[in-house]
This record gives sequence, C-alpha cells and structure tokens, in this order.
Amino acid sequence: MKKPHGPLRSFLLGCVSFFILMLIWEVCVRAFGVRPIMMPAPSAILRELATDPGWYLGNAGYTLMTTVVGFALSVVIGVVIAVLLVSVKWFESSIYPLIVSFNSVPKVAIAPLFVVWLGTGAEPQIAIAFLIAVFAIIVDAVHGLRSVPADVMDLGRVLKGSAWDFFFKVRLPCALPSILAGMKVSISLALVGAIVGEFVASQRGLGYIILSSQGSFDTPRVFAALFILAAMGMILFSLVELVERRVTHWRHIA
Amino acid sequence: MTAVSARAVHKVYEGPRSTLALDNISLDIPEGQFVSILGPSGCGKSTFLRCIAGLEEITDGSLYVQGKEVKGTPDNIGMVFQRDALLDWRTIEKNIMLPIEFAKKSVDAARPAMKKLLKLTGLSEFGDRYPRELSGGMRQRAAICRALIDSPDLLLMDEPFGALDALTRDQMNVELQRIWTEVRNTVVFVTHGIAEAVFLADKVVVFSPRPGRIVEVIDIDLPRPRKLSIRESAQFGTYTQHIRGLFEGMGLIDESGDDK
Repeated sequence: MKKPHGPLRSFLLGCVSFFILMLIWEVCVRAFGVRPIMMPAPSAILRELATDPGWYLGNAGYTLMTTVVGFALSVVIGVVIAVLLVSVKWFESSIYPLIVSFNSVPKVAIAPLFVVWLGTGAEPQIAIAFLIAVFAIIVDAVHGLRSVPADVMDLGRVLKGSAWDFFFKVRLPCALPSILAGMKVSISLALVGAIVGEFVASQRGLGYIILSSQGSFDTPRVFAALFILAAMGMILFSLVELVERRVTHWRHIA
Repeated sequence: MTAVSARAVHKVYEGPRSTLALDNISLDIPEGQFVSILGPSGCGKSTFLRCIAGLEEITDGSLYVQGKEVKGTPDNIGMVFQRDALLDWRTIEKNIMLPIEFAKKSVDAARPAMKKLLKLTGLSEFGDRYPRELSGGMRQRAAICRALIDSPDLLLMDEPFGALDALTRDQMNVELQRIWTEVRNTVVFVTHGIAEAVFLADKVVVFSPRPGRIVEVIDIDLPRPRKLSIRESAQFGTYTQHIRGLFEGMGLIDESGDDK
C-alpha cells in the first residue's frame, strides 16, 4: 500500500523489454529472411491470432479450466496431506516415503495410463495437472506447519485451547506464507501438467493446437498457441502473487 | 492459600547422558507475592518455571499450583516468554484477545479490560497496529497485556526483558511494577539480573548453577512504589551485595584477576 507504483512500475518495465525483444525478433526474421515454418515473425503470429480469435479463446479457456481445477485440487488435497503428515505420526512414517518415491516417477511417463483409466475427456488432464502441482504444495505446507516457533507452541499449551483453535488460529496462519510460496510454484506446474495431458490425449486445448499444428507444419499456429500460453502463465502467476500480497499483507509492513 | 507449593522437586533430563536440572527444590509462594527466581544461565530456573506451567513434567517430588497438583497446564495462569511470542498476522488488540478466544469467552465482554490494559501499558494508540510495527519493548508490553487479559491468578514470566537493551529494560521494570501494583496477582519472575530481581520482588529465590538448587530465599523489604533511584539506596545495595556474595561463593564471579 505504501508504494502503489512499485508493482505497476515493474509491470511497465516488463512490457518495455517485451516490446524490444519482439522488435529484435521481427527485424531479425525479416533481415535474414527466415522462413515462417522455421520461425515466424511476431507480426505473422499476431495475424494468425487475429484470423480466428474465438477459436483460440475457446481452446485457451479449456486449458485454463483444466489448469485451474488441477491447481485447486492440488492446494486443497496437498494441504490436507501436509496436515496429516505433520500431525499423525504413523501417517508420516508410512505415507511420506511413498509420496516421495511416487514423486520421483516422471508424471509425463504415466500420463498415457490416465487416458486408459479416466478416458479422453478433461479428467486425465486435470489429474496430471494435479499430480505435477501437488508435491510443491505438500513440501511447502509441511515446512510451514513445522515452522511454528517453540515459544508460540508453548503459548498454545498454556492457553489450553482446543486443538481446533490452535490449528486454525495459530498453526495454519503461521504456515500460510509457506503455503502461498508453494502455490506460486504449483500454479506454473499445473499449467505444465494440463499441456502434458493434452499432448497425450485431447481434441481440445492449447496443447492440442500445438501438437496438431506441428503435425501439419503450421508453425505460426504453434507460436500463436505458445503466445497465449505464456500470457496465461504470467496472468495466473500474478493472480496467485496478488492473493499472496492480500493474505499476508502483515509481512510487508515495516 | 499458597499459589505455588513445591516439595523436593527433582527434574532429570533422560538421555545418553542424563542431566539433573532441578535438585530438591522446596518452595512456597504465598498468594499475591512477587517472587523473583534469580540464577546464572542454565541453572534450571526456567525449567522450574516451565514445570509450574505444566510445560515440563517433574521427575520426583510434588508440585501444587493453587492447591491442585500440576498435571498439564494449571487453570488460570498467564505466561510471558523471553521473546514476546506475538502472532505477526494479528493486530495488537487481537493478539491480546487470543486467550479470551481460546477460553471460548466473549471477546466483546473483554474489550473494556483490554482497553484498560492498553492504557496501563501506554499502548492505547497502537491497538490496531501489527507487531512488526512496534519496538521490542512495546511488543513485550503487548505480550504482558495478553498474559493478563484473562485475569490470571498466577503470572509466570520467563526472562521477559532478557532480549531488551538496558535502558528499555529499566523502563520495563518500572512499568511492570506499576502494572503489578494495579493487578496484584502472584508473579513468578525468572531473571539473571540481580538488580532487576531485587527491584521487582517481595522475595528473591537464588538458584545455584546446574543442578539447580535453592541457595537462599531473601525477603526484600523495600517500600513500594519503588523508583529506579532506589537502586542507589544503601538498603538496596545491601541486598545486591549479599546476592553478589552468594554468586562469588559459588565461583560465578571472580574479581581476583589471578590465573588459576
């Protein structure tokens, strides 16, 4: 609140460097006569986007939906798993090694299985987005829930409140900064997961556009989808950052 | 009734090398007294306080608070920690109200008491601020408000001013005394500062280095309210010299300057 122009300034600076990059790109493509199939100029990509904005928007919306649902699931389930890991002894000793070993399996490798299990609708994409995103949440939430200072733990015991009160009034707020840090990582990962899911089996979405256009050597179209994807990733990340600033505003004072 | 009654309390930390932290502590603290527990670092004085608070179990002996054997935290106590343990995401007012919320009591009903405590500690203008906006001394004052909001019969203070600079510490000593003359509950105040212990207390309990044993219990007969200048009085000097003598006798202070 103290420096309202801070984020705006960095946003404008970002825009400036983006336009300079696009300009260099445009000039290079024209100067060296690069063929569009190798690398289309930004102007050609924009023209491609303008041919059928509705179609691009529809597919982007689909990818956005699977990403957001996968992300939301990863936050809710990730936090619940983290709470169980921190508070239930046997859960930690028996389940945590499983989660770690499961995470070391590349999700891309098991993506085809999800098509077998969940069909060719949005479910496999959501499932993969969830699986890729959830681990970051679990790790950061566990870290956050364990970061309650010793004297605050003592305070909780002296106040003799219910476990419920202690969790919701002390432990969870204490973990919130960590959980939000995990959310910033996992929103980007959820987008990766959604695209991977679309690569494997989908008739819709930006991942599908990329894969099918690449098959027909329509490189401008691939780049058009990539542009939307990049914009979407940035917007989603900024939204989580905005939520973070709102929720943990007390961290930014003094 | 005695607020705290300890009989032959022993505390052993089990482990590969088990250590005796408290050795045969017997002590009665009458209701309404301000008692300082004074000793060098690591002498077990904080351990004793934590046993009273039910945060640690005693190994042997008996320990009663308000006539009830300590099993878990006794009812109706307040505690102030070395670091204030304020919650960063709550305003000062909401931090102070935490014990009320935990006790499932009406926050609205406690509001006048909270305002009174804020006024008493000079924090009236800072109720809606966050802990990060306050200085160390102000934070510790807020922590004292929090410990007092539910009118505890027994207030436990674990080196509450240990992390503050000397000037703020003096200031806090004066303020704590003023607050206490208003509240008049039983206080057990753990410190390693001789002057602080004498200045605040009705009774100073001197602990020996580990294992913690009671060396002497000294009644402080100084008129209240006490001003900081009382520290320059002859009577005050007699007390501090006597205690310094005890510490010298334990080999904690050595002014001879000889290499041994």
